[in-house]
Amino acid sequence: MAGCGSGLSGETLTEQGHHWIGYDISKSMLDVALERGSEGDLLLADMGQGLGLRPGVIDGAISISAVQWLCNADKSCHNPRLRLKAFFGSLYRCLARGARAVLQFYADNVKQSEMIVTAAMRAGFAGGVVIDWPHSSKAKKSYLVLTCGPPSLHSSLPKGKGQDGVMCSDDDESNDGSGDDDEAQTVGIYERNRPKKRQKTKKNGKGKAWLLNKKEQMRRRGRDVPADTKYTGRKRKSYF
Amino acid sequence: MRLLTHNMLASNARGAVTGYPLKLQVVKWSTKEVEPNADFLRGILPKLDWPALVAATHALGLPELLPETPPTDAELSAEGAAEEEGGPLRRLHRALLEIHIEEGTLVCPDTERCFPISRGVPNMLLHEDEVRN
Repeated sequence: MAGCGSGLSGETLTEQGHHWIGYDISKSMLDVALERGSEGDLLLADMGQGLGLRPGVIDGAISISAVQWLCNADKSCHNPRLRLKAFFGSLYRCLARGARAVLQFYADNVKQSEMIVTAAMRAGFAGGVVIDWPHSSKAKKSYLVLTCGPPSLHSSLPKGKGQDGVMCSDDDESNDGSGDDDEAQTVGIYERNRPKKRQKTKKNGKGKAWLLNKKEQMRRRGRDVPADTKYTGRKRKSYF
Repeated sequence: MRLLTHNMLASNARGAVTGYPLKLQVVKWSTKEVEPNADFLRGILPKLDWPALVAATHALGLPELLPETPPTDAELSAEGAAEEEGGPLRRLHRALLEIHIEEGTLVCPDTERCFPISRGVPNMLLHEDEVRN
């Protein structure tokens, strides 16, 4: 688990019967995890330096709100791209074939999001970003869902939460425009619920009262206006 | 840190060829019993570097705990394997999951770089000049 902090999420992993290794860069956070009696093995480590695990030994990886920190250059010698490369590269290598990594992250902006996704793709991962609640600034969560090895029936991306409706690809952001799952190297971005086109006004056009008023206005201006009859402004059957 | 994790850990530092396996120098260790899970052990067996695991038990002063060759899947899946005290499954389980290294040092086999272990947590942080590019 990358960025395990005080071990809160690790407890869930343990409850599910998993053995896990937790990484965190903060000794004080890990001390809290120790006080809580964390069952996972904790490592004081910087994931931007690489995970240091030998190839193919890990069955799954998760991260909660940690990956975006790799985009910051905390020290002048940090190069975010190299750190992202070290993280995703070492993650890819240590995962067993068919294993999955799900990394929840908060991106400050589109540029950061792209940096993260590109680094994952360059490392060899397939997958994409699933966004829960894309239109709520509070609830919005982005998940980078990655698989190692060829995609299979089971490796399709889950639907993001938000509203009902279909998952669709956001053409502006996806890398080759089609989110083609047959290509192992492709990472598509699926955004749940693109903003819908502005709905037609509920008023259903302008009412009869408005029409009569308008006609009177036109008459005052001296225009030629047909007389008002019982048919004026009547609701018609829709033709479309 | 359990030996399961030690078996997977490598040095990331510049100069390390493989950085694996990390030599174990143990100052303090403890045991904590947990229920064995045969399915987990059978699943993890092919992923283990057996010689590194055996070497780790030797470093702890437990040369008798594990055999030189790994148990077979048949031995681990045998009827009553989990209940047999001193049997291959219980031994593997004890080595991997019940031993906790509390204080000590991990040493890179290539560069002799030392990673201290304190309160069971290895410090794998690299200095800026050690990071590989």
